[in-house]
Amino acid sequence: MTGAIPTEPLTLLDRLWRDHEVARREDGASLLWVDRHLVHEGSHHAFAKLADRGLHVAEPGLTFAVADHYAPTRDRAGGPDQAREMIARLTRNAEAHGIRLYGLRDPRQGIVHVLGPEQGLTLPGLSIVCGDSHTSTHGAFGALAFGIGATDVAHVLATQCVWAAKPRAMRLTFRGKLAPGVTAKDMALGWIARFGADAALGHAVEYAGEAVEALSMEGRMTLCNLSIEGGARFGLIPPDAKTIAYVDGRAHAPGGAKWDDAVATWGVLRSDPDARFDREEEIDAATVAPTVTWGISPEQALPIDASVPHPSDTRHPEAALAALDYMGLKPGDPLESVRVDRVFIGSCTNGRLEDLRAAAGILRGRKARVPGLVSPGSSVVKSMAEAEGLDRVFREAGLEWVDSGCSMCVGMNGDLAKAGERVASTTNRNFRGRQGRGARTHLMSPAMAAAAAVTGRLSDVRALQANAATIEVAAGEGAA
Amino acid sequence: MSGWTVHSGRAVALMADNIDTDQLIPARFMSVPRSEGYGQFLLHDLRFDDTGASTGLALDAVPGASVLIAGRNFGSGSSREAAVYALVDFGFRVVVAPSFGDIFAANAVNNGLLPAIVSEAEARVLAQAAEDGMAAGGAQARVDIKAGRLRVQDTTARFALSDIDRTKLMQGWDDIDLTRAHATEIAAFRAARRAVPGAWPAGAGT
Ligand code: SF4
Repeated sequence: MTGAIPTEPLTLLDRLWRDHEVARREDGASLLWVDRHLVHEGSHHAFAKLADRGLHVAEPGLTFAVADHYAPTRDRAGGPDQAREMIARLTRNAEAHGIRLYGLRDPRQGIVHVLGPEQGLTLPGLSIVCGDSHTSTHGAFGALAFGIGATDVAHVLATQCVWAAKPRAMRLTFRGKLAPGVTAKDMALGWIARFGADAALGHAVEYAGEAVEALSMEGRMTLCNLSIEGGARFGLIPPDAKTIAYVDGRAHAPGGAKWDDAVATWGVLRSDPDARFDREEEIDAATVAPTVTWGISPEQALPIDASVPHPSDTRHPEAALAALDYMGLKPGDPLESVRVDRVFIGSCTNGRLEDLRAAAGILRGRKARVPGLVSPGSSVVKSMAEAEGLDRVFREAGLEWVDSGCSMCVGMNGDLAKAGERVASTTNRNFRGRQGRGARTHLMSPAMAAAAAVTGRLSDVRALQANAATIEVAAGEGAA
Repeated sequence: MSGWTVHSGRAVALMADNIDTDQLIPARFMSVPRSEGYGQFLLHDLRFDDTGASTGLALDAVPGASVLIAGRNFGSGSSREAAVYALVDFGFRVVVAPSFGDIFAANAVNNGLLPAIVSEAEARVLAQAAEDGMAAGGAQARVDIKAGRLRVQDTTARFALSDIDRTKLMQGWDDIDLTRAHATEIAAFRAARRAVPGAWPAGAGT
């Protein structure tokens, strides 16, 4: 039968959309089936809506609850009253509706976008929604994953479906190879700086090219995670051998004969060679540099060896002026001269094992000049990191090693910076006040944040990487 | 939510780019139940200083403003619907901007708040008209969803809105009720989906 009828070439987005479309309204809205619905403490508005209408959860077996946004990181029993109440509320709602909860004391607990893939809830070809904009992370597996608001969360709870308008398809190709010291975080900040924080509004971005294929699954998750910072609600990467190897054997991944069947169906999850995209962009991967943000939007980012820009040299001078004022920066000053007050390593963007290894690689045998917090993306990441001694590296450098949660990415649990403090952060949003009222956030990769900890300034990690190699050689095997 | 087609009210401008949802409502207010009203939290840290005193933001200079004119990428960032609650509870029915965060726009329409897209140049002219009207206690505005037109003082503009959002705002649909009409299709889809390997999580019960 195959090949008998000539068909329109399809994008990966087309395939995923078609596979989940239950119905389409006259005005073009699609009713999509949801394979996995992830909820967290912030979903309380949605549960309240459900309660108001006396509705129950349609598919508790496809719904998973996680305590992450308000999770206390220093003492699981502690944290502000407000945070404890939010977690208690989630626990009550999960119990009332028969939803599996990954609570604070569960060894599998973690940030929802770290936990999903770890537990095999995230699989190629699935549709995944969550009341969180960084749900785009799961697109790294070739899943149709997107963030939704409370009204839609309530709708999914009640019906296991969501109404959505199909986005336009954009393909972003990174040709060639990344230079040493350059990571998925730099690719993301790099494209957002180049095209703008609203560049991909209304689009799903499929990432392609040699540099994307070369990324680990962790790196791909970082890249897809940050899609929303460039405006795209969806990020997508077609599954390949790495994806399959990552998923294999995970708790909720199919096993036995079903595994083979599943892998067979995932083979078609890609865009046809002649598929038409609404927008195509290309970047030469070799031109991507270690990047930091200098402003209050992710688009306000530059290579670390640049200087604080003059507003008139930027695309949006008024916005740049306001940003420099908030950030307390002077045009013309080298970025590497900017002193930081603390560092934060963690979040759903850069809180995975590979990220912690990269940061520890810089910090090993060194001291941090500024205080900082390292919060693993999940309790699983935490124990894996401890098993290989990364916790000691961070502690010996003078950083705090704490439990897993969203922590200083959003500060809902009380992990905040003070007004005027400058934070070198591996998170995803440098918005005004995101890490605390008046706090100034510089986004960067984990290795770059570690470098900033060591020097007390925004720093080019490549200089320290060269040094790290020298130190390792000098210290020999025994030092590790 | 009840639908609407025409709205008349007062306009106010806040012409910054990238007014993200963290600014629209800082995270620390989001654990409050909606019934307490979210209007007080709208743009809290821009409107009030550390001591709680007003910073004199235009928003507070036009009592009863219901049409907000803003810069590009309005509502970017977090999916928090609380950002929309804050705007709606404050009294806004319309936000006019050159572009909106996708999730914000969807949340807005779900709550009867119109995200009206105009060009950057039009946004600036409309903002000027809003500022000109400040002396008289706020510019007069009129917005017609069906016609896709809006007016601030004597300045008019067409705005973009998808058919999906237009219909929904005018009908004031409750999606859950609407979806119930598709119960048979959903049941059939579910049955077919059960046969897809991996569609249900292994080891999690059904
Ligand atoms: S780590 Fe930050 S971005 Fe990620 S889910 Fe938590 S709050 Fe959201």
